[in-house]
Amino acid sequence: MKNPLPAVTRRHGGFRFFAILCFLWVSAAQPVSAREAAPTAADVAVEKRMVAISEELRCLVCQNESLAGSQADLAKDLRREIREQIAQGRSDQEILDFMTGRYGDFVRYRPPLKGTTFLLWFGPFLLLVAGIAALAIILRRRGRRVVTAAALSADEQQQAEALLRLGEEEGKP
Amino acid sequence: MNRFLLPLGIFIVLVAFLAIGLNLNPREVPSPLIGKPAPAFALPQLHKPEASFSPKDLQGKVWLLNVWASWCVSCRQEHPLLVDLSRKGIVPIYGLNYKDPREDALRWLKRYGDPYVLSIVDAEGRIGIDYGVYGVPETYVIDRAGVIRYKQIGPVTEDVLEETILPLVAELSK
Repeated sequence: MKNPLPAVTRRHGGFRFFAILCFLWVSAAQPVSAREAAPTAADVAVEKRMVAISEELRCLVCQNESLAGSQADLAKDLRREIREQIAQGRSDQEILDFMTGRYGDFVRYRPPLKGTTFLLWFGPFLLLVAGIAALAIILRRRGRRVVTAAALSADEQQQAEALLRLGEEEGKP
Repeated sequence: MNRFLLPLGIFIVLVAFLAIGLNLNPREVPSPLIGKPAPAFALPQLHKPEASFSPKDLQGKVWLLNVWASWCVSCRQEHPLLVDLSRKGIVPIYGLNYKDPREDALRWLKRYGDPYVLSIVDAEGRIGIDYGVYGVPETYVIDRAGVIRYKQIGPVTEDVLEETILPLVAELSK
């Protein structure tokens, strides 16, 4: 492969290193600034809406990524589809319905509240309530045990008082 | 005794949940299209680009729609089964060639055999989106009324074919 740097700089190891760093930095930064080959999307508003919608949707190929962030082919196709539907004047809700109609509630990061998604929405709260209830029961039991342990018989009470008195007298000058 | 029973019970429940969770396939997302009419389309055929095909042409028949591509590795895995099935002539298989250059697709069929009555070309993957395709290969069982009755995500295996697809086809063909 031909060296892209001029021959003069080759002698200067430091500059070369710096140039390579610059190159790496530029090439690493590129995917961030260039969203994908969509030069036609000069309409920033469309792009913004597309991103907002696709952030609500799950990429089915790499399931832990949103449609907005995924580089899977299907994700690109679906983003194209969203863009086109926005251009056709469809509302966000219509586009979300289009996606759920084909891929199911699973594509939505915030699935609608239904019988089948009830546990998904309220399961954590049910667990929280169960946890608090368990904690309350345990604490109450423990409290009772402390109380019973503290109760002294009359004899023990007298003994304790005698010991305390003794201690007080010894403490006096 | 009672002190151990409760933690043991919780442990058993937890293990049961984990066991079920481990045996589920997270890649398998149930399709909302089951029980719904197969989305309409009219696409050019792979072998005869000038002729088109539409699912309406198959009203009154039970058929399989198999989504495939030459770049798809697991398609090769299920392909011998499909070739075998087509030879038996139990149910017609139609191919949806998904996002594939025509020459590659034709070469692939020549090399591995062509089990399809015909294949249609979905070059841009638009019909794939309508069918909720997200992992090629996928196979749909479509009934006489043109309703999707079953969707296989990923390659068709011998088990799936024998235990699910063929019995369903037999029942639908009655």
